[in-house]
Amino acid sequence: MIQNRNLNEIQKELNSGKLLLVDAVKYYLDKISSQKHLNVFISVFENDALTRAEEIQKKINSGTAGKLAGLVISVKDVITIKDKLHTCGSKILSNYTSVYNATVIERLISEDAIIIGKVNCDEFAMGSSNENSYFGAVLNPVDNSRVPGGSSGGSAVSVAADMCMVSLGSETGGSIRQPASFCGITGLKATYGRISRFGLTAFASSFDSIGIFGKNDYDIAAVLEVISGEDEYDSTSAKEKVPEFTVETGNNIKPGEIIFGYAKEYFEDGLNEEIKNGILKKIEFLKNKGFEVKEISLPHSKYVIQTYYILTSAEASSNLARYDGVRFGFKSENHSNLEEMYVNTRSEGFGAEVKRRIMLGTYVLSSGYYDAYYKKGQKMRRKITEDFENAFKEVDYIISPTTPTTAFKLGEKNDDPLAMYLNDIYTASVNLAAIPAISVPAGNDSNGLPFGIQIMGKKFDEAGLLKVSKLFI
Amino acid sequence: MKEILQKYEPVIGLEIHAQMKTKTKAFCRCSTEFNAPSNSNVCPVCLGHPGVLPVLNEELVNFILKMGLATNCKIKERSIFARKNYFYPDLSKGYQITQFETPICYGGYLDIELKDDTKRKIGITRIHMEEDAGKSIHDFSDDESLIDFNRCGVPLIEIVSEPDIRTIEEATTYLNKVKQLLVYLEINDGNMEEGSLRCDANISIRKKGEEKFGTRTEIKNLNSFRNVADALEAEFNRQYEVIESGDKVYYTTMTYDATLKKTSPLRSKEEAHDYRYFPEPDLVYVEVNENKLESIKNELPELPEEKKLRFKKDYLLPDYDINILVQDKELSNFYEQVTSNLATKNEKTFKTSSNIILSEVLRVLNDEKIDLKNLKLKPVNISELIGFVSRNEINNNTAKDVFNEMFTTGKNASEIIKEKNLIQVSDDNLIIEIINKIILENKSEADRYKSGESKLKGVLVGKIMKESKGKANPQKVNELLDKLIEN
Repeated sequence: MIQNRNLNEIQKELNSGKLLLVDAVKYYLDKISSQKHLNVFISVFENDALTRAEEIQKKINSGTAGKLAGLVISVKDVITIKDKLHTCGSKILSNYTSVYNATVIERLISEDAIIIGKVNCDEFAMGSSNENSYFGAVLNPVDNSRVPGGSSGGSAVSVAADMCMVSLGSETGGSIRQPASFCGITGLKATYGRISRFGLTAFASSFDSIGIFGKNDYDIAAVLEVISGEDEYDSTSAKEKVPEFTVETGNNIKPGEIIFGYAKEYFEDGLNEEIKNGILKKIEFLKNKGFEVKEISLPHSKYVIQTYYILTSAEASSNLARYDGVRFGFKSENHSNLEEMYVNTRSEGFGAEVKRRIMLGTYVLSSGYYDAYYKKGQKMRRKITEDFENAFKEVDYIISPTTPTTAFKLGEKNDDPLAMYLNDIYTASVNLAAIPAISVPAGNDSNGLPFGIQIMGKKFDEAGLLKVSKLFI
Repeated sequence: MKEILQKYEPVIGLEIHAQMKTKTKAFCRCSTEFNAPSNSNVCPVCLGHPGVLPVLNEELVNFILKMGLATNCKIKERSIFARKNYFYPDLSKGYQITQFETPICYGGYLDIELKDDTKRKIGITRIHMEEDAGKSIHDFSDDESLIDFNRCGVPLIEIVSEPDIRTIEEATTYLNKVKQLLVYLEINDGNMEEGSLRCDANISIRKKGEEKFGTRTEIKNLNSFRNVADALEAEFNRQYEVIESGDKVYYTTMTYDATLKKTSPLRSKEEAHDYRYFPEPDLVYVEVNENKLESIKNELPELPEEKKLRFKKDYLLPDYDINILVQDKELSNFYEQVTSNLATKNEKTFKTSSNIILSEVLRVLNDEKIDLKNLKLKPVNISELIGFVSRNEINNNTAKDVFNEMFTTGKNASEIIKEKNLIQVSDDNLIIEIINKIILENKSEADRYKSGESKLKGVLVGKIMKESKGKANPQKVNELLDKLIEN
């Protein structure tokens, strides 16, 4: 009925009366309740969604519906929705209800999207497996013994397992692209500043981006068109004009119009052979189609992970200071003075990975270490950004694997944070350089596990990324 | 202290925090109103809820630029904000947004004038923007503290002086000058007692003639001029004793106890904060271009130094009067309102206006403990009173009585003068009549005055004035008495 159709097709059916919106919503609600074992949703807005469906159906009937009428979307539980539980996958916010809507939520609602619920994620978006959630791990729908990726694991699975059409996720170093790759769907991370962060719970402010999971370019374009653009509540939001992504992505890219590049540094040690061959095959495919594909260099790639973890942990240590038990959220009962209240609230309220990053971040900002770590990290961030600026003088898009491996087993990397951090090796550079990138399904390994191909673009060229992504489908 | 001062001198620098009178907070749109009910001027942004972002209040930038220009500072074209990280319950986000490495204003100075007329130039290292924290209330109960977040996010500017201050008088004079400018610029209400102006003082001491600075200590949260002066003196003495006993002064944050008149360490070295400053990633550069600076310059009101010059030129007042009037912006405005309503404008009436304000108005304000803005008498009422003096219809002493009557009854000068029949007698014949009467009644004093005992003139004039019920024109009385005595 609605499976595997894009929003455009669904809207046609809604407009012609062949489909009722309430039936579409019920379809997804059924999928949610029949797949509870995947542990995807933290909150399901069943009544709200059905009521909204009735209201929007009336608008559809009278021809006054918004751009996103017919769209059913899930939202990562780090983005605020007024009067809804807002946990960030953490015990410390497990009882917290948000008092305002994020800008993206306001914009979605005003264009008649239906928000079906809030989905699980790694605690405060820190993790690559969705195992760091206070609400338990999310399972990969392709193989339930494996992780879906993280931190936006719930978002990826909600789309992959057909519990909604699209999902809003967020990423700081690959938290959209990596789970998209692990779950066999598309995930877009827009240019830093393209989408307002107001209402996105901060992990590392200068890296965080809201992004979109979907099964096709049209749905992602439709949502991107609505949620992008300057926001008076976010000083770092970009003034850049927002194109009509749904129109732009209708055009196809032809050989001769653009040049592709691939960075040799992204095909070295640590990359799974099957993925490597899969991506190289895609490169051949492009060449065969007549596209120019050049080898390029991103010489500072080997510093990406260190730089990323120093800077994001530094920002995180400060961003997470507000969870102190004073004004809202979990507060430990176990205290007899102020210091104990702080220590016990935060010790009991945060999980191990969050604590690890707070400690790391506190350390790199400490007096005596600031210059050696944070400052040096900032310098390296500039170098990595320059790598991309130089590369984009030669090529229009850079292709690479999204992840070094396919989805790994639950628990496999829990005792080895460094191995876990290497998941971000091909994705984190994009957040350091504040550019956009997309992960598109590129095939399956011999176990049948999906992997993605990553396309990185110039700042604000999301339209180009969506167009290019169609070449691989 | 005096003896010590022959051997040692203090080196002082002040950090002055001034709350800005912007309509809304620094990074959200909550009101900054002072007396609102607790936790009513709050929103998710200033309460530090998940997902919120700060947005800089442009009015704050305009305000700090005014202060920067008024204190001869250079202005940074591009400055950034930083986070100062520390945990305290009234600091909602766990960090304060402030400026650290690149303050928007830097490298300025103020000239101050001391009681003995010597002038000193005090360097201003920097002026930067930051946000205030909330208010913790600890005396509500023994085992609980309450927090009012109304103040959390209210904009502050911090004015940091160079260690150029060498005496306590210089410190308070400089502080007063800063306060005066803030009030003139209408960006702060100058109220130290209510906490809208706060001062931290850095002080070290060194042997006279020594070039090198000693190790400083920082005395936090001084909330009156008196406390600044007393705390500096106490800390100077403490450091002197430490050094004289052969010990060393260590950098410490001190607190001042006004009842004990003693400074003591606020926290031990182990507890010293590491604020882990780093650039605030949620805010963009603060950019100030030429146009902006130019428009701020044009908006600057007349500042005290210019006003003093103008008062000298326009009102021909003595420096003493000018200094007192201009010291207080409201008072100088009041003076100008009085003079603008005068029927006759000349040096004499300008001076009479100043006399009435400096002696009578200031006295009732002081006696009644009220502000100028709460004074029921309006400038135009005082102008009318001065009209009577300038037309020689009443004399200065009567004017004072009439002023008091005006203040207590709220009546006009003309009503009072008419009711009490106070118009001064300038008619020679009437005055001569009274003088003759007094000479007859005081024959011996009159004779002694005539024979050269000049001090007796006062006695005679007093009696004449009394006989006339104070209405005789004193100048005429003086002239005519001498004439009649001669005869």
